[in-house]
Amino acid sequence: MAQLSCKNLALGYDGKIVRDNISFEVNSGDYLCIVGENGSGKSTLMKTILGLFPPISGEIKFGDGLKDKEIGYLPQQTDIQKDFPASVNEIVLSGCISKLSFSPFYSKSEKELADYQIARLGLNSLKNRCYRELSGGQQQRVLLARALCATDKMILLDEPVSGLDPMITMEMYNLIESLNKEGTTVIMVSHDIEAALNYASHILHIGDNVFFGTKKDYLKSEFSKAFTKGIGDIQ
Amino acid sequence: MSEFINKAIEYFEYPFVRYALIVGVLIALCSSILGVTLVLKRFSFIGDGLSHVAFGGMAIASVLNFTNDMPLTLLFTVIFAIVLLMSGKNAKIKGDAAIAMVSVGSLAIGYLLLNIFNTSGNLSGDVCSTLFGSTSILTLTPTEVYLCVGLSVFVVAVFILLYNRIFAVTFDEDFSKATGTNADFYNFIIAIIIAVIIVLAMNLVGSLLISALVIFPALSAMRIFKSFKSVTVFSAVLSVFCSLLGILTAVFAGTPVGSTIVAVDIVAFIICFAVGKVFGGKR
Repeated sequence: MAQLSCKNLALGYDGKIVRDNISFEVNSGDYLCIVGENGSGKSTLMKTILGLFPPISGEIKFGDGLKDKEIGYLPQQTDIQKDFPASVNEIVLSGCISKLSFSPFYSKSEKELADYQIARLGLNSLKNRCYRELSGGQQQRVLLARALCATDKMILLDEPVSGLDPMITMEMYNLIESLNKEGTTVIMVSHDIEAALNYASHILHIGDNVFFGTKKDYLKSEFSKAFTKGIGDIQ
Repeated sequence: MSEFINKAIEYFEYPFVRYALIVGVLIALCSSILGVTLVLKRFSFIGDGLSHVAFGGMAIASVLNFTNDMPLTLLFTVIFAIVLLMSGKNAKIKGDAAIAMVSVGSLAIGYLLLNIFNTSGNLSGDVCSTLFGSTSILTLTPTEVYLCVGLSVFVVAVFILLYNRIFAVTFDEDFSKATGTNADFYNFIIAIIIAVIIVLAMNLVGSLLISALVIFPALSAMRIFKSFKSVTVFSAVLSVFCSLLGILTAVFAGTPVGSTIVAVDIVAFIICFAVGKVFGGKR
């Protein structure tokens, strides 16, 4: 059974449909890239998967041990975060928020989990630094560590490399790939089609037509041609 | 110096001075711990807006000849706090505009009501003391002091118990929601606590200067400290210290209490700003 399966989803908010007829499946260990032009509904789809918006119609099913609200989310930076006084440790630990249930404070095991994810993403030396003083790439790693504290079954990344320079972008993609190889299912929203084709196992292309399938099928498909502008030939 | 100490001891024998200090410290503590969250959520002006709502509520209470106007004022302010904070991103009239509208509206209606149903001989004096809290903190009754102590304990307890959740929701609402935290519920709680603090603070500095109590300690602490916990703790300590200093100065020098506290807060902010510039930098 798939970890996440969406059937005939219609997305939108305030009753207005942004995009419909979206069906896809994500299995454990997959690396799905969601691509499409600006305004195609990528963000809406993502927020619907996360349960921030209800779908207008269709269904979203979780399975294979993955429950609703068990997706680690790497959002895009907000204005509020740019001058937020918080240490790396505090932010990563806040990823454990859903594990608190009724307790007001974090337990030892949650603190250990945060320490483990901090070490895993190479943030040990930055642990007590202030978030707003870090570079863009470091900030993304902090938010990724936080997402992994919430769950390491599936992470959903929203444009994880936007605003990063090319070197750091490569590092970020390699980091995500290594997490995927360690067993975390990855869903990435991106308009960097080149990277999508480099790293992903599956592609969901949303636009006037919706494509879902493996990377191989996507490259063969007619309608990827216009979008990839010949990148497919390189592969 | 000994003359000064004698004078201080003499003052402390008056219960109203002790009441003023107790209430002043509690309000400073409560407003500053939530100030950090409010400033970071870009709700600095909600203090201003809600304090005007509280003024409107107070005007209605006094027109209706209530002996104690606190409960009605509190109810009014809580309702508007919830409406403002909960309407959030999807509202037709957004954040700053909604606050401005509610704020100016209730100020005007409040003054209008007081004017039409003039219940006291000294209207402008009453309005002035409600807005600037000129003497109200020195005329507290024991009941008001107990009420203030009770509500402050409530605010601090709720804040400590929900501290981790308030942090998570303030830093990243979408992430908290996506991982199953009921962010709307915590925003609701924050709204209620803010309303309580504002109604409390009206006694101290009056409705116009409440924003200062909420904003200054938080901003001062953010100049120097770099983690959420240290910013919150320092802003609480600083706020209590400034209020104590402000009240004592006001009592000795005979200046208006509210404005004196805010003046001390401004000086503290300038000092923190300088300290942050000298020691902060890019590390």
